[in-house]
Amino acid sequence: MRVLNRRPGNVGTAASAAMPFVLALVVYVAASGVRLAENPDDKLLPSLATIGEAVERVALVPDRRTGDYILWTDTAASLKRLLVGVAVAAAIGLAVGVPNGLLPWFGAFWSPWVRAMSMVPPLAVLPILFIVFGIGELAKVMLIVLGTAPFLMRDIEQRVRELPREQLVKAQTLDGTTWQIAVRIVLPQVLPRLLDGVRLSLGSAWLFLIAAEAIASTDGLGYRIFLVRRYLSMDVILPYVAWITLLAFLLDYALRRLNRRCFPWYGA
Amino acid sequence: MSLVDVRGVWKRYPGKTVLENVRLKVDEHEFVTIVGASGCGKTTFLRMLLGEVEPCQGVIEVAGERLVPEPRADRGVVFQRYSVFPHLTVLGNVLLGLEFAESRVFGRTFGRRRARDVERAEAMLDRVGLLSSASNYPSELSGGMQQRLALAQTLITEPSILLLDEPFGALDPGIRADMHGLVRELHQELGLTVFMITHDISEGFSLGSRLLVFDKPRVDPHEPDLYGATITFDLPVANHRDVDSVVDQLNVTEGV
Repeated sequence: MRVLNRRPGNVGTAASAAMPFVLALVVYVAASGVRLAENPDDKLLPSLATIGEAVERVALVPDRRTGDYILWTDTAASLKRLLVGVAVAAAIGLAVGVPNGLLPWFGAFWSPWVRAMSMVPPLAVLPILFIVFGIGELAKVMLIVLGTAPFLMRDIEQRVRELPREQLVKAQTLDGTTWQIAVRIVLPQVLPRLLDGVRLSLGSAWLFLIAAEAIASTDGLGYRIFLVRRYLSMDVILPYVAWITLLAFLLDYALRRLNRRCFPWYGA
Repeated sequence: MSLVDVRGVWKRYPGKTVLENVRLKVDEHEFVTIVGASGCGKTTFLRMLLGEVEPCQGVIEVAGERLVPEPRADRGVVFQRYSVFPHLTVLGNVLLGLEFAESRVFGRTFGRRRARDVERAEAMLDRVGLLSSASNYPSELSGGMQQRLALAQTLITEPSILLLDEPFGALDPGIRADMHGLVRELHQELGLTVFMITHDISEGFSLGSRLLVFDKPRVDPHEPDLYGATITFDLPVANHRDVDSVVDQLNVTEGV
């Protein structure tokens, strides 16, 4: 039997998927053991027990100075920035993308501008954001908005243009006005694509969030990682990175479920 | 006076003439089928009647008024594909025309008005035999059912003209026969004037009351796009029971 026709069963699929994770863990534990045997004070690859203690310290014990549970306050601060930023970007994406794709005059005016602006590297304007908006929450949220909105605007515009010409003609023969067609035909069909677009842009949203927090912040997951870097606290950095990854995965999963639940016709 | 009056209509694109000097008068309640080789401008002609394409020259009048180059509610359309909205249920698709007419702001009706609309829409769905699928999405329907839905959706707003662009081209022969029956009945019941493009010439003969053939009367072999197509045959089908001889005649003059 050809290799391309051999398929794993249910158990095989699950085991195969788990294998690289288990392997990575085994390799880590082994490497950590080797290094710690040589030098018990090694900070680069802390043992699982050390990591466990660090997690307990940041997650379950209130901070001595502030009395906060650091991991949870960091998570809340970061998620708030991320979600507000992405929500604003999604709203802008719809508000600009739909008319850009549907109305020729609107698109002629705004579309080239959006395309040009989306070429600006968001991190390059981060200093400008700090100067204009101060180093508070607004600048960090604005960085996420600036980083993700251009993609969403262009993506939505493209999706609107991809709607079959026949649909728009048909809606007109049913006497729909431009507004009615936008609200009843275009918008509902574009919403699930917007959720897909948001899923794709969450990756860069995390990037901008952590960058902004690393540079100017007093809390947040990115802030914490860059703070403890000074003490080479790999025992905190590693679980934080794993936690961020898990959050990113859960957000993506939630959006996918939401899409399937709200728009059962989508992808059919 | 005829319902549709096409006078000397031309359509040219840069480097290409699609239609030249098309003349046509169609009376109310006629069933006009249109055949012709692919790329001979029959779809362009239909899109002109729809208002989607503007003629470069010439006049199209509907009910004595010059056609506005924009699709309007007096001319319903069913395309070969993409005629129904995938995000609305079968019932929602049929309701849409009523909702557009009654709610200018939301495009959506509520309460008692909606109940009345639903009643009308269900009656229409019943007429085309789709009532039991009312809560399904179009993607769950077969090709033939989707085209029935497209017909119901169009006819609920009571257009006087129905434009069909190869509506049954993608259907199996058995389903197609069913659809022929349905369209013929609806044409009679609702007093529609129908224009239907088909590439199945026997469909053109069996279904219509009048058959138009689009073809290029002049062809420059060195520059095939130089001259456009026009109506080369205009046959009252009722008088041509002998389909085969007409088909032979058309084949001799080529292009079909």
